[in-house]
Amino acid sequence: MMSPAEWSAVRLTAELAAVTTMLLLVVGTPMAWWLARTHSRSKPFWAALVAMPLVLPPTVIGFYLLLLMGPHGPVGQFTQWLGIGRLPFTFAGLVVASVVYSLPFVVQPLQQAFEAIPERTLEAAATLRAGPWDRFFTVALPLARPGFVTASVLGFAHTVGEFGVVLMIGGNIPGETRVLSVALYDHVEALEFEQAHRLAAGMVVFALVVLVTLYVVNRPRREEGPA
Amino acid sequence: MIEARLSLPRRGFTLDLSLALPARGVSALFGPSGCGKTTVLRALAGLERAAGRVALGGEVWQDDASGAFVPTHRRAIGYVIQEAALFPHLDVQGNLAYGLKRIAPAVRRIALDQVVELLGIGHLLARRPDTLSGGERQRVAIARALATSPRLLLMDEPLAALDAKRKAEVLPYLDRLHEELGIPVVYVSHSIDEVARLADHLVLMDAGRVVAHGAVADMLARLDLPVAFGDDAGVVLDAVVAERDARWQLARLDVDGGACHFWARDDGAPVGRRVRLRVLARDISLTRTQQSGTSIGNQLPGTVEAIADDEHPALALVRVRVGGVPVVARLTKRSADSLGLAEGQTVWAQVKTVALME
Repeated sequence: MMSPAEWSAVRLTAELAAVTTMLLLVVGTPMAWWLARTHSRSKPFWAALVAMPLVLPPTVIGFYLLLLMGPHGPVGQFTQWLGIGRLPFTFAGLVVASVVYSLPFVVQPLQQAFEAIPERTLEAAATLRAGPWDRFFTVALPLARPGFVTASVLGFAHTVGEFGVVLMIGGNIPGETRVLSVALYDHVEALEFEQAHRLAAGMVVFALVVLVTLYVVNRPRREEGPA
Repeated sequence: MIEARLSLPRRGFTLDLSLALPARGVSALFGPSGCGKTTVLRALAGLERAAGRVALGGEVWQDDASGAFVPTHRRAIGYVIQEAALFPHLDVQGNLAYGLKRIAPAVRRIALDQVVELLGIGHLLARRPDTLSGGERQRVAIARALATSPRLLLMDEPLAALDAKRKAEVLPYLDRLHEELGIPVVYVSHSIDEVARLADHLVLMDAGRVVAHGAVADMLARLDLPVAFGDDAGVVLDAVVAERDARWQLARLDVDGGACHFWARDDGAPVGRRVRLRVLARDISLTRTQQSGTSIGNQLPGTVEAIADDEHPALALVRVRVGGVPVVARLTKRSADSLGLAEGQTVWAQVKTVALME
C-alpha cells in the first residue's frame, strides 16, 4: 500500500493541520469576538485584512511571508535575535504560514456565530450578575458552539489542502515540510499516477467525510422564537 | 427612594428628566412608543450610559459629578424584557440557577422554591426554553430575575409580546408578586390597562420628558391628562368586596369605607378582599335627577368638581365626586350644555360597567 515516505507525509500533514487549527482557535476567537461586537469605524479594514487570504493567490502570501521570515525580513531578524533561527523551510515556518493562510476560515465562522447571539441575551446575563468574562464563557461560548465546530473543521481541512504557501515557505523536505499536497505533486511530476491516485482519492474521501460530519453536527436546531 | 436624573440625546429629542420614585410598590413609566421609557429603564440598569445620577436608597449607582458608575452586573436589580431573553442553551432550572448562584448567600432573601411556586413554573424546570409558550417563557424570565433577590425589579413591557390570553395568564402572577414580595418595581408600559391594574405610582412621559407624575388614582382622575390615555381614560378606585349576591351573581364593592358602592359581576373574590376597580370615562353618563326605568344598576349621587375639554372638540370631561372619591365622565359638550352642568352642581352618575382589576 502506502510507502513509509507517504505515511510520513500524511502524519506531517495531520500534525500541521492540528497545530494550526489549535493556534487559530486561540488567536481567532478574540479577533472574531472583537469583529462581531465592535462599533469601531476601523472594523471594515480589519475585516478585510482577515479576509485577504481568501482572495490572494497562495503564492503571493507565501512570497511575502518568505521575505518577512527570511534572514533580512523583520520577522526573520526577530526569530534570529530570539535564538530560534530562521523559520523558512522548517515545520514551525509552515505552522506560521498556515495560520495566516487559514485565518479567515476560522475567524469568519466564529464571527458569524458571535454576531448571531442577540445583544439582549448577553445583557440578560449582565443583569443576572455575570461580569464580562463570565458572560463570555458561560453564554457566548456555549451559544457559539456550532461556529467553533465549523471553524475547527474548515481550518483543519483548509490547512490539509494548502500547496502554494507550503511550496514557497517549506519547500519539500521529507519528514519536515513535505506534506501530502507536495508529495502528490511529486508523484505526478514523476508520472507515478498510481501513487498519485492513492493520495488524491484519499484527500477526496477525507474532504467528503469532513464536510458530511460538519453538516450532521451543525444541523440547525429549533431556535427561540416568538410565541 | 429611587432617584434618577438623566440626560441623553436621542434621535429626534433629548431625554432630559429627573425622577424620584417611591421605594415601594409599582411605579409605571407610561407614554407613547419612542418617548424614552425604555432608555430610562436601561439607564437604571446601567445598560445605557446617560449623563446624570442614579441612586437606589443610599446606594449610588451612577454619579457623573464624582465619576462613579457601577456596572450592570454589580447592581442588585432584576430585569425583565418583552422578549424574555432566556438562555437557549440551558433548561429552565439552569436559567433560574444562573443568577442565583452568582449572588452571595448572605443577600439571598428569596428562596428559589418560593419563586418557582409564586410563578407556577414547577412543572417546567426540566424543559428547554424553545419548548415553552410565550407566557411560560415570560414567567420563567420573571422568576429568573427574582431568584437574585433584587432590591429593584425593572420590567420593560413584559406582557407586550403576549396575546390577550397569555397576558391574562401572566397578570395574576404579577399581582401576587406585588402583594407577596416587597420589591419595588419600575414598570414600562404603553398599555393603560396594565398600568391601571398594576401601578401604584404613575409617571407620564412624552418626548424624553416627564409630563406629570403622582399616585395612579390621582393621575387618572386628572382632567388635563386623559388625552394621553385616549379612549381608555378612566379612574381606578380601591374597594372592598362587601357583599355577594348569590341570586344575581353580583358583588357589592364598597369604596371609601362604604361612602359609596358599586355593583359588579361576581368574579369569585371573597367578601373582605381588597380589589381595584376601573371605571372608564366612556362608561359613565350624568343625569340631573335619579332615574327610574333604566337598566343601569349603579346610580351614585355626586357633585361636579371640574369640567374640561377632551381631545375631540365635541367632547368634554367632567369630574364628579361621589362619596369621597372622584370619577371622570366623558360626555358630548351638547349634553353638558343641555344639562346646564356647572362646578358645584349636584348630579347623578350612572355607571354602566365597573371592571374588577384584581
